[in-house]
Amino acid sequence: MFSRFFLAVAACFPLQVAAEASVTDFFLENGMQVVVVEDHRAPVVVQMVWYKVGAADEMPGKSGIAHFLEHLMFKKTKNLASGELSDTVAANGGSDNAFTSHDYTAYYQRVASDRLELMMQMESDRMTGLELSIDDIATERDVVIEERNQRTESSPGSLFNEQKQAALYMNHGYGVPVIGWMHELQDLNLEDAVAFYKLHYAPNNAILVVAGDVLPEEVKALAKQYYGVMPANPEVKPRRRSKEPPHLSPRRMIYRDERVAQPYMTRVYLAPERKSGSQKTAAALVYLAEILGGSGATSVLGKALQFEAKKALYTSAYYGGMSLDKTTFGLVVVPSAEVSLQEVEDLMDATIAEFIQQGVNLEAFERIKLQLRASEIYAKDNVQGIANQYGSGLTQGLSVQDVQAWPEVLQEVTPADIIAAAEMIFDDKSSVTGWLMGVQEDVK
Amino acid sequence: MIRFIATACAVIWASLANGEVAIKVTNSPGGIQAWSVEEPSIPFTALDLIFAGGAALDPEGKRGAAYLMTGLLEEGAENMDAQAFAAAQEALAASFRFNVYDDNLTISVRFLTENKKASLALLKTALMFPRFDQAAIDRVRGQVLSNISSKAKDPDSVASATWDSLAFGDHPYGGALEGTEVSVQSLSRADMKAAHKRLLVRDTLYVAAVGDISGNELGLLLDDLLGDLPEGEGLKTPPAGFALEGGSTVIDMPTPQSVALFGHAGIDREHPDFFAAYILNTILGGRGVESRLTAEVREKRGLTYGVSTFLVGKEEANMLMGQVASANNRIADAIEVIRDEWAKMAKFGVTETELNDAKTYLTGAYPLRFDGNAKIAGILVGMQRMGLNPSYITTRNEKINAVSLLEINRVARELLKPDDLHFVVAGQPIGLNEE
Repeated sequence: MFSRFFLAVAACFPLQVAAEASVTDFFLENGMQVVVVEDHRAPVVVQMVWYKVGAADEMPGKSGIAHFLEHLMFKKTKNLASGELSDTVAANGGSDNAFTSHDYTAYYQRVASDRLELMMQMESDRMTGLELSIDDIATERDVVIEERNQRTESSPGSLFNEQKQAALYMNHGYGVPVIGWMHELQDLNLEDAVAFYKLHYAPNNAILVVAGDVLPEEVKALAKQYYGVMPANPEVKPRRRSKEPPHLSPRRMIYRDERVAQPYMTRVYLAPERKSGSQKTAAALVYLAEILGGSGATSVLGKALQFEAKKALYTSAYYGGMSLDKTTFGLVVVPSAEVSLQEVEDLMDATIAEFIQQGVNLEAFERIKLQLRASEIYAKDNVQGIANQYGSGLTQGLSVQDVQAWPEVLQEVTPADIIAAAEMIFDDKSSVTGWLMGVQEDVK
Repeated sequence: MIRFIATACAVIWASLANGEVAIKVTNSPGGIQAWSVEEPSIPFTALDLIFAGGAALDPEGKRGAAYLMTGLLEEGAENMDAQAFAAAQEALAASFRFNVYDDNLTISVRFLTENKKASLALLKTALMFPRFDQAAIDRVRGQVLSNISSKAKDPDSVASATWDSLAFGDHPYGGALEGTEVSVQSLSRADMKAAHKRLLVRDTLYVAAVGDISGNELGLLLDDLLGDLPEGEGLKTPPAGFALEGGSTVIDMPTPQSVALFGHAGIDREHPDFFAAYILNTILGGRGVESRLTAEVREKRGLTYGVSTFLVGKEEANMLMGQVASANNRIADAIEVIRDEWAKMAKFGVTETELNDAKTYLTGAYPLRFDGNAKIAGILVGMQRMGLNPSYITTRNEKINAVSLLEINRVARELLKPDDLHFVVAGQPIGLNEE
């Protein structure tokens, strides 16, 4: 995820699920969906507008335009001077930012709850009122190039990850980095930004999420007043993306970089995402990731590689089910000193094969089930986190009902479901195995 | 709105802009003081502990002892080895986060109401009876050594380590708290036990809890959890000088973008000018989007994705610092702009509008911090560590508003010292003259 300003992202709890808070949702007449999440503990509100457009919706050759436009959205509009929106938010003691993923672009402000109207006035203004000029382009493009330098070019792990995703997705936009390839990013221009804006920024392509110390009726009245009056844009078309062809061949890659001190290996598989009305397989994959690599001390890979064989410093398995199209299931192993990547890879494969044969440890299963239930309780402490669950869900093909059903779907998973998911997911043909190494290490 | 219950003990109603936080200060039957807020709407509690005293108390040659010891607190306790302890914690869905810094060891806990007693009983085993098994020491040591070698190739970490070493030399602040390869290799089980005895002591403890728990219940639970902690030996971090002078230092590293840390000596939190300095930093580079440095370096010139400044308050050292990252062929320009802005603000100060804007921002943002059990618990324990009273919450904004233009511009002249400004740059900067 990329954002206009660097986000100090809190360590994210891997089992985060949306809490069943007090949630109201409705549509405005122009097609804009609104979700209100109530939390009256503190007089604070978060307004978020999520657009159903992200980096995977870009035209070929224009990688990075979704994120570049996100930066440009803070420039001059019909009613606001360049930077005035953020200045006004700050003058009211609030904070604001924006972020872009492959599937969505979102803007938010966090302010005292009595300032909501002012936020809606400004956010609705820039939905269609952006007035970009040629002077905005060069400087802000330099900022984004420095952002790419900072996040990607300076980090061998990020470059490795970028190469790996490009190898996994042979035809889909998820293989192109959100921030854009450097050579395309350098050439993005005013026309690209304006065209992308006109095509995708409209009330019928946006979701408003308001979370905090607010009442649904007052949000509804304000939303009608500021967003409801904007005409729907008939140019907004259903999202159409290239699909992956059948994956017939496992791919392997080695990325060497002199800046790597600690080599590691990773394997990613193409995986099904959470689908509206059908989240069961995704729920089983959440358990599978936890059981295989959730906790270093108790997971299948942690026990086998870190504790028993003592060949690994770190192991992990991960799965992000929220995605508009096919997502990934990943495995990571960091070998101990003097242990080769081949050795830990072989050990990882043998451990997973044995796991599928032996089945799920029931105590471990019950512990994870409880942690998933608990995470729903802990999630209620952070209303912005709940807002994110709705915003990302609704821009990634899910409905409010899907988001709300998810905790229950997770509680219904059985050990047999998990083994079935494992047998389905570990298909070598749709995998990429990557080794990240220094320039001098031998491939043993 | 956050509401709290009045008790027989001290209750401080802290009024924020639109809400109120009543903090209950209780002394447990066993004499442990805690600040708490009862917020029963979600069935869990956030508990935060700080032990004053951290890695800077590592004995000579044992740098990294506090860090490794803290990492081992969750790696086996009482009759549980590391795996059994982790399984027990997961079976309660409780979370314990142990961290150590130069001056503090912190523990952030959250537990479900339904598992309240069992969660704290498990936490107690980690605090009071950690095992420090040799197998766990060796395993975690391997992770620490891997991190140390990775940080040696990471520009941000190298810039930070270089800064610390130049500023503080042989003082513990001068070396990374993870230790060095040599010092970490030398750490023994006895060193772990000694670090545990040194840091987890009752007289340096601060406690705050927010959530589904009453002050009285908390007191009883705390006596059980912490009542057996030994008294400490009154260890103090030795005084630290600040050896950096104006100039720049370049560490050659193969990276397309240079990162720079910069700054000079700062100001103590207790100093009467602290609030003026705090606002000054906000205007200079503390306030993200609206700061002068962001305007000049990023918005006008596109030289960076991020530039910021911050006041660093350590137990024995204060600094005004900043950071920036730019492509190797542009970092010299970024540094020049920063030096100019620094000098400009020192000489001419800030404008009335800037001061008023910063005040509105800071006073408006303050109440927004109090919006979650975990966040509030973190604020309350931090306030105690800084020696603040609960009433600070109600007076803090007055202190911000009381700073006059005359005062802040006097502080600008006294605090900002363009000639003392030192830049540590990691990368391959072009056109930067090393002094």
